[in-house]
Amino acid sequence: MNPYLAGIGLGLVLLAAFVLVGRGLGATGAFNSIIAWAVSSVAPEHAQSNEFIAGYLPDDGSSPLKSWLLFEVVGLFAGAMFSGLLAGRAKVTTEKGPRVSVRVRLAMAFAGGVLMAFGAAFARGCTSGQALTGGALLNLGSWAFMMMVFAGAYAVAYFVRWQWR
Amino acid sequence: MAMMAPFLKYGTFGEETSLVLAFLIGIGFGFFLERAGFGSARKLVSQFYLNDLAVFKVMFTAIVTAMLGVTYLGWIGWLDLSLVYLVPTYLLPQVVGGLILGVGFVVGGYCPGTSVAATATGRIDGLVYVLGIFAGMFAFAELYPWLKGFYLSGSGEALTLPGTFGLPYGVVVFAVVLMAVGGFYGAGLLEKKFAATGE
Repeated sequence: MNPYLAGIGLGLVLLAAFVLVGRGLGATGAFNSIIAWAVSSVAPEHAQSNEFIAGYLPDDGSSPLKSWLLFEVVGLFAGAMFSGLLAGRAKVTTEKGPRVSVRVRLAMAFAGGVLMAFGAAFARGCTSGQALTGGALLNLGSWAFMMMVFAGAYAVAYFVRWQWR
Repeated sequence: MAMMAPFLKYGTFGEETSLVLAFLIGIGFGFFLERAGFGSARKLVSQFYLNDLAVFKVMFTAIVTAMLGVTYLGWIGWLDLSLVYLVPTYLLPQVVGGLILGVGFVVGGYCPGTSVAATATGRIDGLVYVLGIFAGMFAFAELYPWLKGFYLSGSGEALTLPGTFGLPYGVVVFAVVLMAVGGFYGAGLLEKKFAATGE
């Protein structure tokens, strides 16, 4: 799809979220809710004593899985799968350049995910919750964050180009 | 016209309905991410090698669309913007978080939302990236007692660009639109210049 058309579509979805529920899109929060659920299932006292995890446990004792962002991310999964199947783009494969093995590419993907988690935790959101949502609401922290995402990525892109080309 | 939105805050429907809406909104979110080609790590990272700037184009078109939407709906008195949730500002951790996240983006090939879209369309590297996020988030939570000081450095107020720079809201909106249009023009030029060095 033309990127400007896809952008308008995405922007209207974001606008719908603002108008309907008074919040924007997100992704990282869903991961946090699942972690909070897992830790509180295995070690409830440990979950309560960890301030970061406790922040994702509802005060009324209901399940941390009953989270708005988690429902939204389940929808994201379904919507992406629907679009991918419709376009014939859904297939089991590993995205990588020709000069890197699958094993190394997967190790890099894992490392990238770990870094992403730390970055998103410090920033209180990721490209969805901060850059897109906060960007549209003219949030100061979101704009500073967005500039830094591009700065960080451009700064190291050269050193990992072997992964893609 | 009387203020009506955000509907949830005005009690038009309750929390349960908002969860159904979360799922439906998510479907739209995932659909357009995948349509844009963002279920593919190679497409996403092309942004950082300048041969395909779709990430910038989609992101800024979406930001401008939603920003103009809330601005107009606010002006006609239909949407109370003060009831739309703003993430509190902790500038220093957000700047450092952005840098770390940017590195994670180009090293791993995805961001959290796009890794879910990639997993949904069969990308193994997307799934492994998702597992990496879980591992990293768990590690962050366990290290939180030591990270807390830095995590909470900042005012914690929800600061906005118009508020911080003392500019009228409409002026900042206009500036963002101008910046986006200029950026789109520049993106086209960069793509032409770097297309030849691509694959």
